[in-house]
Amino acid sequence: GAACNSKRKVEIGNKVASNSIKTSKYNFFTFLPLNLFEQFQRIANAYFLFLLILQLIPQISSLSWFTTVVPLVLVLAVSGAKDAIDDFNRHKSDKHVNNRPVQVLINGRLKDEKWMNVQVGDIIKLENNNFVTADLLLLSSSEPHSLTYIETAELDGCLCVSSEVKCEAPNNKLDKFTGTLTLRGEKYALDSEKMLLRGCTIRNTEWCFGLVIYAGPDTKLMQNSGKTTFKRTSIDRLMNVLVLVIFAFLALMCLILAIGNGIWEYDKGYYFQVYLPWAEGVSSAPYSGFLMFWSYVIILNTVVPISLYVSVEIIRLGNSFYIDWDRKMYYPVNDTPAQARTTTLNEELGQIKYIFSDKTGTLTQNIMCFNKCSINGKSYGDVYDLAGQRIEINEKTEKVDFSYNQLADPKFAFYDHSLVEAVKLGDVPTHRFFRLLSLCHTVMPEEKKEGNLVYQAQSPDEGALVTAARNFGFVFRARTPETITVVEMGETKIYKLLAILDFNNVRKRMSVIVRSPEGDLTLYCKGADTILFELLHSSCDSLKEETTEHLNEFAGEGLRTLVVAYKNLDEEYFEDWIKRHHVASTALEGREDKLSELYEEIEKDLMLLGATAIEDKLQDGVPQTIETLAKASIKIWVLTGDKQETAVNIGYSCNLLNDDMADVFIIEGSTSDDVLNELRNAREKMKPDSFLDSDEVNIQFEKSSKKAKLLPDEQANGVYGLVINGHSLAYALEGNLELELVRTACMCKVVICCRVTPLQKAQVVELVKKYKKAVTLAIGDGANDVSMIKTAHIGVGISGQEGMQAVLSSDFSFAQFRYLQRLLLVHGRWSYIRMSKFLKYFFYKNFAFTLVHFWYGFFSGFSAQTVYDEWFITLYNLVYTSLPVLGMSLFDQDVDDRWSMLCPQLYVPGQQNLYFNKIVFVKCMLHGIYSSLILFFIPYGAMYNTMRSDGKAIADYQSFALMAQTSLLIVVSVQIGLDTAYWTVVNQFFIWGSLSVYFAITFTMYSDGMYLIFTASFPFVGTARNTLSQPSAWLAIFLSVTLCVLPVVGYRLKAQLKPTETDKVRRYIKEAKKRPPPPSPKRRLRRTSTRRSGYAFSHQHGFGALIMSGRNMRPKSPFATTGTFSPNSDKNKHKGL
Amino acid sequence: MAVNYSAKEEADGHPSGGVGVPGGGAVGGGGAVKTRKPDNTAFKQQRLPAWQPILTAGTVLPAFFIIGLIFIPIGIGIFVTSNNIREYEIDYTGTEPSSPCNKCLNVSWDSTPPCTCTIDFTLEHSFESNVFMYYGLSNFYQNHRRYVKSRDDSQLNGDNSSLLNPSKECEPYRTNEDKPIAPCGAIANSMFNDTLELYRIDNDTRIPITLIKKGIAWWTDKNVKFRNPSGDTNNLTALFQGTTKPVNWPKPVYMLDSEPDNNGFINEDFIVWMRTAALPTFRKLYRLIERTNNLQPTLQAGKYSLDITYNYPVHSFDGRKRMILSTISWMGGKNPFLGIAYITVGSICFFLGVVLLIIHHKYGNRNTSADIPN
Repeated sequence: GAACNSKRKVEIGNKVASNSIKTSKYNFFTFLPLNLFEQFQRIANAYFLFLLILQLIPQISSLSWFTTVVPLVLVLAVSGAKDAIDDFNRHKSDKHVNNRPVQVLINGRLKDEKWMNVQVGDIIKLENNNFVTADLLLLSSSEPHSLTYIETAELDGCLCVSSEVKCEAPNNKLDKFTGTLTLRGEKYALDSEKMLLRGCTIRNTEWCFGLVIYAGPDTKLMQNSGKTTFKRTSIDRLMNVLVLVIFAFLALMCLILAIGNGIWEYDKGYYFQVYLPWAEGVSSAPYSGFLMFWSYVIILNTVVPISLYVSVEIIRLGNSFYIDWDRKMYYPVNDTPAQARTTTLNEELGQIKYIFSDKTGTLTQNIMCFNKCSINGKSYGDVYDLAGQRIEINEKTEKVDFSYNQLADPKFAFYDHSLVEAVKLGDVPTHRFFRLLSLCHTVMPEEKKEGNLVYQAQSPDEGALVTAARNFGFVFRARTPETITVVEMGETKIYKLLAILDFNNVRKRMSVIVRSPEGDLTLYCKGADTILFELLHSSCDSLKEETTEHLNEFAGEGLRTLVVAYKNLDEEYFEDWIKRHHVASTALEGREDKLSELYEEIEKDLMLLGATAIEDKLQDGVPQTIETLAKASIKIWVLTGDKQETAVNIGYSCNLLNDDMADVFIIEGSTSDDVLNELRNAREKMKPDSFLDSDEVNIQFEKSSKKAKLLPDEQANGVYGLVINGHSLAYALEGNLELELVRTACMCKVVICCRVTPLQKAQVVELVKKYKKAVTLAIGDGANDVSMIKTAHIGVGISGQEGMQAVLSSDFSFAQFRYLQRLLLVHGRWSYIRMSKFLKYFFYKNFAFTLVHFWYGFFSGFSAQTVYDEWFITLYNLVYTSLPVLGMSLFDQDVDDRWSMLCPQLYVPGQQNLYFNKIVFVKCMLHGIYSSLILFFIPYGAMYNTMRSDGKAIADYQSFALMAQTSLLIVVSVQIGLDTAYWTVVNQFFIWGSLSVYFAITFTMYSDGMYLIFTASFPFVGTARNTLSQPSAWLAIFLSVTLCVLPVVGYRLKAQLKPTETDKVRRYIKEAKKRPPPPSPKRRLRRTSTRRSGYAFSHQHGFGALIMSGRNMRPKSPFATTGTFSPNSDKNKHKGL
Repeated sequence: MAVNYSAKEEADGHPSGGVGVPGGGAVGGGGAVKTRKPDNTAFKQQRLPAWQPILTAGTVLPAFFIIGLIFIPIGIGIFVTSNNIREYEIDYTGTEPSSPCNKCLNVSWDSTPPCTCTIDFTLEHSFESNVFMYYGLSNFYQNHRRYVKSRDDSQLNGDNSSLLNPSKECEPYRTNEDKPIAPCGAIANSMFNDTLELYRIDNDTRIPITLIKKGIAWWTDKNVKFRNPSGDTNNLTALFQGTTKPVNWPKPVYMLDSEPDNNGFINEDFIVWMRTAALPTFRKLYRLIERTNNLQPTLQAGKYSLDITYNYPVHSFDGRKRMILSTISWMGGKNPFLGIAYITVGSICFFLGVVLLIIHHKYGNRNTSADIPN
C-alpha cells in the first residue's frame, strides 16, 4: 500500500471542508442573545413575555412586575443553565475529537496530525481499533484476501499519477454512495462497499489506507446526526389541548369578570366615585370592563403556569437518568449501560400497546448452533440424568470433550456424549452423516495459521453444520473449484467435486456430487423435510417414520431442521447426466428450467441419513420477556427480512407462537385478491360477526367518510397468530386492503411479517399508528430497522452489536432485548404514573390557587384585586410548591420494580391511558374549583364582621390574604401527601421543608426590618404576627384544610370498593411481605402435538455456481461479516416486490 | 476485515438530537479502563427506603370518627362562646325617613355647620367586660384594587422625600394646587370622619361615657408602619410644611388630634382607616370603653343615646353606616359561622363514617384478591 502524494482531486459538489467538527451551538459571547432568542420561541415563554408587556400598561397592570419577571427569569435561567452545560460538554467533546491523532501520508511519508487538520483528498493510515477519521475511500489494507474493494494491484502506487475522484454531494444516506475514480483516463465506479465511514472502528485489521472523501460536517455520520424528527408524547399532545382548554376557560372567566366589572362600574362604581374616581382615561363602564379583562388575564394567568413546562422537562430528565443508571439494564459483556437518548418520551414507555421487533440481532443472536440431530433413527443432543429424566442444559452442564480432534473449534459446545461415542466407534451411518455435512455446502475455509480454521459461510446455518462436522472429526479444510479437502478422523482425504446442485427457494434443498478418493460416486443432499421425504427411496420408510418423530420434536422446540440424504450414483448414468448438465448450464434459453429438470432427475430415490437441528440462538431471556410483555397486553409484531420458515420457527422458539393458539394464519397470496381473501377468511374465523352490518366497527365505518380514522379495538374469539410475507404485505399495504390488514392483524396476538424491506417495516408501523389509537414501539439493531425506529412513537436500538445506525436514530438504547421488559414495565410504568400524578396535582394546585381570585372578584367590585400577597403569587409555584411535587414525580412508585415485573397486568392502565386523560383533567378542575371555593369562603365566613381577641381589626385585606394563602399552602401540601404513595426521606424533607420555608419567608417578609429597608415592597408588615397569633385564624385554616381534604379521602375510600389492579397488588404485597418472595415461575419444556415442519434455512441461491466458477467467494460488503444486514434478506427483499 | 461501528464512542462527540446525552460522561473511549457500569446507590437504583402507606378503610374510618368527635365539641365551644358575646348594632345611615339622621342623609364633606343627629337606644342586657365601639360601613369597596393601592407607604412611614413627592399610585389624590397631598391617595382622602359620642341616659340625664381613642390600632402599624416625618415631633405643622391636606379633609393631618403621640400619620383613627378591609362590608374599631369598676358592668342595661356628627356621606352610593357595641371573647367578636361550620363538618364526618362503615362492611371484602402469579 505505498502511495505518494500528488495531485488528488476530490470533487464533491463545490465546497471542500476540513475535518474539524463543531457540534456546539454557542460561544461565550453569543450564548446570551442566541439562547434567549431560542427560548422566546417557545410558546410558553412568549406568552409570559406578552403578560409582562400587559403588565407594563398602567391601566391594566393588576400585579407588580416582579410576579411575572421573577418566575420568567428563573425559568429562563434554569433552561439557559441546562443549555449552557450541554453546550459546554459539546465544546469539550468537539475539542477531544478534533484533537485525536491520525497518521497522514504527506510526500510519501507518514506524519502525525490532528483530526481537525485532515483535509479532503488526504490519504491517511488507520490501524487496528482506530476510529475512522472521516469518510474514506479504502485504498488498501493488510487483509488483501478478504477485500473486494478496488483491485489493490491497480492502486498500489497508482496515486503518483494524477487521479480524480468525483462523488455526489454530501448526504445522510449511510448505505448509499456513488462516485467515480478517474485514474489514468480510466473510470472506476465507486460505491458504498468501498467506503469506510466516520464513526466506525477498524477491527481485525492491522492497518489500512484511505482517501478522505468527505470530512468533518460532510461525513455521513454528521449528516445523519442532529436532524432527528422531534417526537412528542401523547401526554404532550394532550397537554397542549388542555392548555388550550385552559386558555378558553381563562378567557371565559375573564369575560365574566369583565362583564361583571362593567355592570359594577355602571351600577356602583359610578356612584362610588366620590371616594374612588375612575382611572384616568376611563370614561365609561364598558371601557373599564374591557381594561379589566386584561387585568384579569394577568391575575389568572397562573392557571397556565410557566413552571409547568419546565417541571415536565425536569421530571422527564430525571426519569431518563434513572434509565441510564439502572444496573439491571447494564450489559457487562460489552460494558453497555442502557441509555435514554431522548429525554422527552419517558411516560410514553408506560403506554406501549404494540411492539414492532426486528428478529436478527434483536430476538436472536444471529448465531446458529448445531444443537441436535437424528442419525439413522437415533436422536442425539438431549442430556439425561441417571434416572432417565431429561435435564435442561445450562452453563453447568458438562460439555463434550473434543480434545481428540486437533482441529476442533473450541467454541463449539455439545452435551450429548453418546454421539461422540458413536463417531469414535466408527458407526457407519454416523460417519456418513458427518461426511455429508462436511461436503455438502458452499462454505469457504480460511486457514491463516496451521490448524486455525475460519469458515466464511454466507449462511450461518451452513457454518454451524460444517463446524459441527469439524468438531466431530470431519474437518472441512480446503476447497478448490474441483476438490474438497476433508480431514476425516485425522486422515486427510481429497474428494473430487463434480457438481453442486444449488439451493433455491423452490427446491429447498442442495446437493453435491463428489467422488471419494476410493472412487465412489455419491450424491449428498440436504434440504427441507417436506421436500426430501418425497424423494426418498421406498426402503427408507420405517426410518422416515422415526426421523419424522424426531423432526417433530425438534420443530416443537423451535429448532431449524434439515433432512440429509445420500445416494450412490451409477457411473454411466452420471457420465450421461453430467454431459446433459453441461449443455443445460451453457444453454442460452431456459437455462434455469432445464437445470432444475436435471436436478429433479438425479435427486430421487435418496437414502435417508437423518436430520439436523440447528438452534437459532435467541438472545438471553427472550421467551420470558415476550411472555411477560404479552401478559401486559402488549401485542408483538415481528418484522423480519428472513424467510417465512425461519421467521415462523423463531416465532415458536421464542414463545411468540405456540400450539395453544387457536390458529396461526398464513397470508402468502400473490395477488391482491388472494391477499384480500386470506385476510377476510382469517377475520371471519376470529370474529365471525365482524362482517355483519351490526358490527360496531362497520357501523362506525359507515358513518364517517372513507378517510383515515381511528379504529376501535376488536376482540377475537381466541388467541391467534398471523404470518404474512413481504410479497403479500406489499399488496396488503395498498389502498383499501390497508384497512382489512389492520383489522385482521390487530385482532391477532402476534403478527410476524417476513421478507419485509426496511421501507415496509416503516409502513407497517405507520399503518398501525394511523388506524389505532395506540402507542407503538419499534426495536431493532440494524440499519434496516432505522426507518421503523424513526417512525414508531418510540424507537429502541439494541446497542453494541450490529452498529450504530439503529442506536443513533433511536430514543432509547440498551444491549439486550430482555431489558425491554424492565424499560417498559418498570421505568415506563413509573414514568407514566409519575407524570400523570404530577399533571393531576399540578393542574389541581393551580386551579385551587387561581380561582380564589375569581370568587374574590365578586366581592371586590371585579377590580382585579388579588387575594394573596403579590410575593406569595410570585413564589407559590416556584418555591412553595415546586419541590414536593418534583419529589413525588421523581421518587414515587406504586409497587416496587420486582412486583412491577411480576404483575404485568399493572401495565394495562397505562395503555388505556387511565391515569391522565380528559376526564381526569375535568375531575382535577372540579376538585380545584371546589377547593378554591372552600379556600375563599371559609376565611370569608370566619372573618366576616369579626374582630381579634383584643378587639382590633382582623377582617382587613392583609389578614384575609394571609389566611387564604396559609390555608391554600397547607391544603396543597396535604394533598401532595395524599398523592404520594412512596414516602422517602426526600419527600418528607421537601414537603415539610416547603411548609417551613413558607412560614420562614412569610415571617421574614412581614417583619419590621424588611419593611423599614424596602418600605414600598413589603406592605404586609406585622400581618403574620397579628393574624397567626389568633386562634380564630387557625380554626379557620384547620377547617378549610379539613373541608378540602375530607372529600378526597372519602372519594378514594369509596373507590376502594372497586379496587384497581394496583390496589389489589399493593394489598397483596402487604400481606406477602410476611412471607418469602414468590419464586420465579419455572419454564417448562414445550412439546408439540401437531405436525409442523421445522425446516428453515437462511441460504440463498447462486453460491454453488460461484464456487464452481473458481472465483474466490468473498463477503459482499464489509458490513456483512458483522451482520449489519441479515445476509439473506437484502437480496430477496427487492426481488420480492 | 471487519468494521464495527462504535456508537458510544463517536456519539459522545456528536449531538444526538435529544436533550443532552446523560450517562457516564466519559468522552471518547481511548483506553479508559473505567467501566460504565452504573453506581449501585439506593438513589440511582430507585431503592430509597420508603414508607408506603395505603389508604384503607381501617385507617380512614377511624379518622372520620375522630375528626367528627373533635369537631363537634370544638364547634359547640365556639358557638357558645360566640353566643355569649354581647353585641348591639345601630344603623344610623338615616335612609328611612323616620330616622333621626334622615336629615343628614345628603351631607357633603364641607357642609358647615356639620349636621348632627342623636339616636336613642336601649340595651336589654348589660355588657360586663370591656366594650368595643365600632363603626361599620356597608357597600363600601375598600378592597377595590385601585383603592387599595392608592397610598404611599413611604410617605406614611415618614420618608421626607416621599412626603413632598408622593408616589404616582396616589393619583388623582397626589397633588392639589401643585402642592403634594399628605397623606396622599384615595384611602386617606376618604377617611371616615363621623364623630360618635355615647351617653347613658339615667333618669333623663345624659352621662357621657368615656371613650378611649388610643390603643385601637395594631402595635406594628402604630410603631412601625406609620411614622411622622422625621424632625421635631412637637411641631408637626413645620414637619408637614409644603404639603397640603387631602381634598376631602376639613383640616390637615397635623391637626387630627391635640396629643402629639396621636397626631399626624400616627393618629390611630387614621391608622385604623388605612388598614383597608377585605370585604365591602366591614367594621372598624372606633373607641374603647374600659371597665373601670369591678362591681359594675361596663355598660349596664338601660337607655343610651348616640350623638352623631354626620360628616361622612354614603348615601350617594347606597352605603350604610352603623355603630356597633360589642364585647370580645378569646376568639374575637361575635361570629356564629365558625361554630356552626365546625358542628356541621363534625356531624357530616361522623355520618359519612357510619355510611362508609356500612358500605365497607357490606361490600368491602369482595374483589380484593389480586390475580398474581405465584
